[in-house]
Amino acid sequence: MNGKKLIELRGITKAFDGEVVLDNISLDIYEDEFITLLGPSGCGKTTTLRIIGGFETPDKGDVIFDGKRINDTPPHKRHINTVFQKYALFPHLNVYENIAFGLRVSGLKDEEEISRRVREMLEMVNLRGFERRHVTKLSGGQQQRVAIARALINKPRVLLLDEPLGALDLKLRKDMQNELKGMQKRTGITFIYVTHDQEEALSMSDTVVVMNNGSIMQIGTPTDIYNEPSNAYVADFIGESNIVDGVMLDDYSVKLAGHTFVCVDKGFGKNTPVDVVIRPEDVDVVPTAEGELCGHVVSVTFKGVHYEVIVDIDGFKWMIQTTDYVAPDTDIGVKIEPDAFHIMNKSEYSGMFGDYSSFSDELDQLSENGGEDD
Amino acid sequence: MKVLGRLWLILVFIFLYAPIAVMILISFNSGESTTEMQGLSLYWYRELFRDKATLEALKNTLLLSVSAAVLSTVIGTLAAVGIDRMKNRFMRGAVMSVTNIPMMNPDIVTGISLMLLFVFVGTLLGLESYLSFWTLLIAHVTFNLPYVILSVLPKIKQMDKNIPEAALDLGCTPWQSFFRVELPFIMPGIATGFIMAFTLSFDDFVISNFTSGSSFETLTIHIYSMIKKSVKPDIYALSTLIFAVVLLLLVVSNLSDRDGEPAKEKSPERRGAARFRGKEGGAAK
Amino acid sequence: MAARGTRGQGLMARAAASPHIVWSVLFIIAPLLFVVYYTFTDADGAFTTENVSRLFTSNYVLIFVNSVCLAFIATVICLVIAYPTAYLFSRMKAKRQRAAVLLIMIPLWMNFLITTYSWMTLLEDTGIINSALRRIGLGAAHMINTPGAVVVGMVFCFLPYMILPIYTVMSGIDEKLLEASADLGCNGWQRLVRVVMPMSLSGVVSGITMVFVPSISTFYISQKLGGGTFQLIGDTIESYFVGSAINYHFGAALSLVLMVLILISMAVMNHYTDSESGERTKMV
Repeated sequence: MNGKKLIELRGITKAFDGEVVLDNISLDIYEDEFITLLGPSGCGKTTTLRIIGGFETPDKGDVIFDGKRINDTPPHKRHINTVFQKYALFPHLNVYENIAFGLRVSGLKDEEEISRRVREMLEMVNLRGFERRHVTKLSGGQQQRVAIARALINKPRVLLLDEPLGALDLKLRKDMQNELKGMQKRTGITFIYVTHDQEEALSMSDTVVVMNNGSIMQIGTPTDIYNEPSNAYVADFIGESNIVDGVMLDDYSVKLAGHTFVCVDKGFGKNTPVDVVIRPEDVDVVPTAEGELCGHVVSVTFKGVHYEVIVDIDGFKWMIQTTDYVAPDTDIGVKIEPDAFHIMNKSEYSGMFGDYSSFSDELDQLSENGGEDD
Repeated sequence: MKVLGRLWLILVFIFLYAPIAVMILISFNSGESTTEMQGLSLYWYRELFRDKATLEALKNTLLLSVSAAVLSTVIGTLAAVGIDRMKNRFMRGAVMSVTNIPMMNPDIVTGISLMLLFVFVGTLLGLESYLSFWTLLIAHVTFNLPYVILSVLPKIKQMDKNIPEAALDLGCTPWQSFFRVELPFIMPGIATGFIMAFTLSFDDFVISNFTSGSSFETLTIHIYSMIKKSVKPDIYALSTLIFAVVLLLLVVSNLSDRDGEPAKEKSPERRGAARFRGKEGGAAK
Repeated sequence: MAARGTRGQGLMARAAASPHIVWSVLFIIAPLLFVVYYTFTDADGAFTTENVSRLFTSNYVLIFVNSVCLAFIATVICLVIAYPTAYLFSRMKAKRQRAAVLLIMIPLWMNFLITTYSWMTLLEDTGIINSALRRIGLGAAHMINTPGAVVVGMVFCFLPYMILPIYTVMSGIDEKLLEASADLGCNGWQRLVRVVMPMSLSGVVSGITMVFVPSISTFYISQKLGGGTFQLIGDTIESYFVGSAINYHFGAALSLVLMVLILISMAVMNHYTDSESGERTKMV
């Protein structure tokens, strides 16, 4: 990353009632960075955010802000502000007073100055003319904007955002994603963003931190995370992926499903068992005769942009996304380009993900909804 | 079915309002009787304002109710804040159970138990007349406390835990956060608690009966001692005036928050409704 | 220190409850201990079980039985009146419901000594009801100073405490549940019996405690409307504390028994509601 280190987490461990929520986390956050903590509910991402904000104290480890250890600094003395999950607007104050709150607390008495800065903020979040509205009478998206304006008025060095778009509907969420990204670029404030939505994370962030069970799985740019997942867990969590058992025969040569493919990976040694990730959109459907592998089409679902095809290849169910229609219950061939393979060392997550034999949209949705509240 | 239902409700309301109607009617009686109307007049209203003992009792009652309400609201609100943050479940349960005792116990038991305490301590200290304003105040605060706590506590629980955190986040010290954000948020609960405490104190008879001495007579005690002999219609006049004030307050408070929460949430309630609510709250958790 | 913020605040918060805790110990727990202390001592402060054994003489047993019977009858009558009333309220339009609830609450604000006295005026042999009866040619009925008059007084004073909790629970029943039951083939009557009644049980139980407890311990109602022709527990206790025959020790014993009696019946009731609401949550 360019820029200078603003926040360092060093070996942070945190347990609630004996249950370890964060297990020895270390993370560097840079100035002017949009960094996203991504993971399912209970992975520790919100706790990490609360430790940075000063609402929780780590059991072990240090929080360093701008070179100084701030473990013992209470929230009101940190140059960090937060946009809370359900906005936490003050219901007894109107929009103007909610936004002005931080200025008033800091002891600013000059009403003209307050008014100027509140208006500036309202301008930025596109809420001109809403000054006298009551916050409980606003829509979710408007409340969201007030919360952002309120958090930014004190010109913090860092803005923490805890699933801020979780309560908005899809369309609005997309718009807000763009706006937030724009705001971050304009203000140059470091944004630390928490979400369980991988698409949101990929589209907004400079850096994505994938978390699971209180540990960091991978830190990288969105493209790194997507194209070079470090293990099967990350590969599965970030988008759809077929994760197949394979053997790295030699550099640039991997064997899976009984076929030896050319790939672009090297350095795994000879005859090493590995996990191979192939993204569904990287598999080409061809007539059986031309296929490197052959399989039987189990199901086909129309998804709008493409068809989602589940193919049984040698007993392993693959997901393939293709724009050409394939008839169910037929045999097809598949071809995979060398750069479509991503080879990973075996890990504790091997064999747990990436098989579509019991795949169904409904199940996917169920597990997603079940994990909403963090 | 509809007609039957309406008839039923009319009968219920007749039953509930018959004695009130009698009271109002007789307050305008020109004669001395409380059973027979001899003619309409405002005589007893004039008489009321000449009745030193009754006015003194009214003044005492207001003094006592306001003091008891203020004291119990302060202690009760602090207690609700403290109880809400108690981590130890056992401690919390114990405090809540003890708090609820005056609400669950029959008033007469609460009254005599306090009386026994006062008697014992009074004799121990060799005091002549220990039952006074102060014993009444202690008794009233004691039975008010659970109602205050039970109106404030739900409001605290309702508050998103992020709200005080947001205040800290924006630069408030914990104290500032409490006074600038938390207190305004729970204010409706505190107001309900205060009004409830005031009315409970104002109306209390049973507990006052055992904890008041001859030096300080409240309205209900005064009425009780009069009832033992004979009642003059000026007490009816006073009750009619109180009724009018209550009616006015209820109607105003109801009209003013038309689009607010439902009436039963906001309008000040008497003890029973609160007792019920407390029980419900307890069962829900 | 870290959170001198959070941790310090926790300490502050705990301190916030301490005035209340001290108050509770001094003025709730200590007084109850004094009730126990007085129950088991005599005038000289020596230990005795005399007061308790005296309770079991026929005289006092009769008073207890009388009180329980009258309170029970009053509670049943309240329930019979309140249940349909609350149901009718809950079926009204929202605006009317508020007005109805207000009308139920207003009598609660009246001084019940006065309203009880008004009932005397109504029920007396020469009172308003009897003169009305005479005027329309029906003979007068003797009502005052009977157990019946006491029950009327109790029902009047405590009826709102039965209506309000039942109404609150009923109005909280989700309209969709009624629609669902209709959808599943329940007619109006079945809906009442199969959905509304089981769901309103918790309100009924609160109502019963809220009527029974003050009914069994009242003394002014029985003094005024019973005319001192018979004694209830409340009268008896009062007479030992502020009446003519002052005896704190025996009075304390009576109160202790009354309290234990009520605590047991409430525990039984709560047990019922708890298992009931437990089942309900499981169902939902």
